[in-house]
Amino acid sequence: MMKANSPWVFLPLAGFVLLALVLGSGLGRDPQELPSALVGKPVPAFTLPSLLTEENFTEQSMTGRWQLLNVWATWCPTCHVEHPYLLTLAAQGVPITGINYKDELPAAREYLANMGNPFTHVIVDEDGQLGLDLGVYGAPETFLISPKGEIVLRHAGELNERVWREKFLPLLPSRTSDVGKEDGA
Amino acid sequence: MILLRIFLFALLPLQALAAIDVYQFDSPQQEDRFHRLTEELRCPKCQNQSIADSDADLARDMRDRVHGMIVEGKSDDEIVGYFVSRYGDFVSYRPPVNARTSVLWLIPLLMLLGGGVLIVRLLRKASAQADQQDSNDDGEHNRGESP
Repeated sequence: MMKANSPWVFLPLAGFVLLALVLGSGLGRDPQELPSALVGKPVPAFTLPSLLTEENFTEQSMTGRWQLLNVWATWCPTCHVEHPYLLTLAAQGVPITGINYKDELPAAREYLANMGNPFTHVIVDEDGQLGLDLGVYGAPETFLISPKGEIVLRHAGELNERVWREKFLPLLPSRTSDVGKEDGA
Repeated sequence: MILLRIFLFALLPLQALAAIDVYQFDSPQQEDRFHRLTEELRCPKCQNQSIADSDADLARDMRDRVHGMIVEGKSDDEIVGYFVSRYGDFVSYRPPVNARTSVLWLIPLLMLLGGGVLIVRLLRKASAQADQQDSNDDGEHNRGESP
């Protein structure tokens, strides 16, 4: 038998504690919340049509001001829940670009007509290719885009008052009224 | 009525077939790479399935993209890199060794090492005790043999 005072007897205990710490740290996390691989990178290049006008949009339309990029679809129940809060933000002057993600276009137009349109413009991503380039894995997802067109934050899931305060506001220029203005203006 | 049932039953396999995506490849090697890569990439939506196994819409988009990139002549590293740069290390079933994943790689190694050391020490103690026991036995035996 090993002597009780041998340091090796504590090895299994130490291993257990270490493992418990590592595994335990993951318990409180939301498994759907993946790390944002795109933070700090520019919005990927795209040329896509508008839902409501005859224009085409490119990644250039994402520069020049702080704005949100919101991925939504009529088939997404959480998007319906989130919609009123997007309208609130838009009413406060926050520019939001919508990406209509893998949706039926007539249904999408009807949805905005009925529920109100919080978007400065809506880009149609019918086959989900821009979504893939953005690392989108479901709707809704909201990106915070800097005036340089860089992704500053990605939030998967519902955007609401609490998320806005905790995640978005700290990253924005000091006053909310600055949002939407030219960088450095 | 029975005829109709037989007819509908005969149609079932066709319906199942329609759900399978068909991809065209320039060579059997490309097809092998496609199967290997789609097994190796994890569906970010369903989380515990590869994109080859998953029926999720996103998994199909990702398979389409893998197919497209293979046909374009992209390398395996470029394809996996494309997805990792968007969905993070999470998307790969073979995570790279870096600061964040090091603990995943180190813990099993440390446990193996610790367990090995423990076993070696236990075995040494046991054999040392057995030796002692043997010499004691011998001593007693000798005593019995020659009083």
